[in-house]
Amino acid sequence: MKLEARGLTRRFGGLIAVADVSIELRTGRAHAVIGPNGAGKSTLVNLLFGTPRPDEGRIFLNGTDITLLPAWRRSRAGIGRSFQRTNLFPAMTVLENVRLAAQGSVHGWRLLRGAREDRGTRDTAVAALDQVGLTAFASDLAGALSHGQRRLLEIALVLATSPGVLLLDEPLAGLGAEETAPVVTLLRTLATNFAMLLVEHDMDVVFAVADEITVMVDGRVLETGTPDAIRRSGPVRDAYLGHRE
Amino acid sequence: MTRLGPRGNLFLAAAALVLASMPYWSGLYDMQLASTALIAAMFALSLQILTGAAGLVSLAHAGFFGVGAYTVYLLGAGSIFVTLPAAMLSAGIAAAVIGPIALRTRGFYFLMTTLAFGQMLFFLFHDTPLGGGADGVFLTRPSMMWTVTKSARPAVFLLLNLVTLSLMYLGLWWLMGTMFGHALLGIRINEDRMRATGHDVQRLKLIAFIVSGALAGLAGHMAALTDAFVSPEILDWHHSAEALLMILLGGIGVLHGPIVGAFALTLVREFGQSVTERQRLIEGMVILAAVLLLRRGLAGWRR
Repeated sequence: MKLEARGLTRRFGGLIAVADVSIELRTGRAHAVIGPNGAGKSTLVNLLFGTPRPDEGRIFLNGTDITLLPAWRRSRAGIGRSFQRTNLFPAMTVLENVRLAAQGSVHGWRLLRGAREDRGTRDTAVAALDQVGLTAFASDLAGALSHGQRRLLEIALVLATSPGVLLLDEPLAGLGAEETAPVVTLLRTLATNFAMLLVEHDMDVVFAVADEITVMVDGRVLETGTPDAIRRSGPVRDAYLGHRE
Repeated sequence: MTRLGPRGNLFLAAAALVLASMPYWSGLYDMQLASTALIAAMFALSLQILTGAAGLVSLAHAGFFGVGAYTVYLLGAGSIFVTLPAAMLSAGIAAAVIGPIALRTRGFYFLMTTLAFGQMLFFLFHDTPLGGGADGVFLTRPSMMWTVTKSARPAVFLLLNLVTLSLMYLGLWWLMGTMFGHALLGIRINEDRMRATGHDVQRLKLIAFIVSGALAGLAGHMAALTDAFVSPEILDWHHSAEALLMILLGGIGVLHGPIVGAFALTLVREFGQSVTERQRLIEGMVILAAVLLLRRGLAGWRR
């Protein structure tokens, strides 16, 4: 799969949140987007998912223009996104959370099949839970999970929609050091099978997972390159990495 | 919103049997009262799949009830096998016309949009020749498979309304167990997440709106059949609010809540009328107490 964005621009009033950003995602490559707060990383993810639409620029999925497609159609077309703030159905069980996500592409009379009886969505959900390692918690309420487990469930919900492209908006947000390790392992596995966009603050994670890195500052792309090139880049050090040292 | 399990349904079935046996032990007046409660229960239950399941609070619902009821009047005399599907169809069509526009809005704005559409339907029957007058009109009852004598009417209508409500409940109970039903629950809890996982939220809401409208039309049909009288008042938004009140009183979190709420409110109203002329005061206090003390409604008091 290939997701390609050309010249995306989005303004909010007088503020330009994303300015002329182009990016390309391919299966088997993890593309990280880094940058200081307010650089427009989350807005970029939102634009790629269609909420909101860009003011300028176009988005192509496998060569087809999807710029005007609503979010739910993008999901059905194979783009999955996770949210920075955990976004679940807290009163439902873990399994039902994922099953409901797997049900997203079901339409027509098949919707009148029993939710508990339907094999297809259940099997997809079980597989997604297995992939993130939450099988043991399938019958717990989502609201009762620990923060780390919720972040994993957040990813399982995306995987259950059978995507080819993963847009992950800070999957490690708020995780402690011990909780980070299993998610990083999962991300590395996913990176080989999906076209992945990873927005992340933790540089260790970014350098461990990403094949390519785009640095954003003030809505613009400062530089795109391999992790090594980014590490060595002078402007990036000055504008972003330098602040951490 | 949850559904009752087998044991709870057995309890409802027992209550239905008690109502079904009323012709053997109760007077005509009480049977008519039971019919009133059964029709109110159908009306509130039809709204529950919007409000309880999908989280949509609509004030247009009485409009669909009225369209169903007035369909009986507009068809003149006819067989119940014609008037009943016709009432559901016309109410369903009204919902299919209003739904796509109203559902473009959310929350408070949805409430106000449905209020406006509901009142448009009200004025259509209140102020145009179509409805036969602002004071209401008597109608010829649809014919059934056999002739019903005047003295047998309360018992026959009681049973007919009981069967209709039971079928509606069973149908919705089944529906809430399907993937469609689960999708509605998902929309109430987290609409954005539903969109993000590929659900066609607008379409799902519209289908729920139409099904709910058609079932309100069915309730309206049964009201017209039972009373042989329709008036524009049944389309007024107060009537929609009453259904919402019944849902709140009975329990918004359980499918059968509106049935409990409808019976409770009908009985409270009847009791109020028997002890004072200010029966609304008693109604109000009971509702206030129930909402404050039983946050899950009468049907949810155990949990």
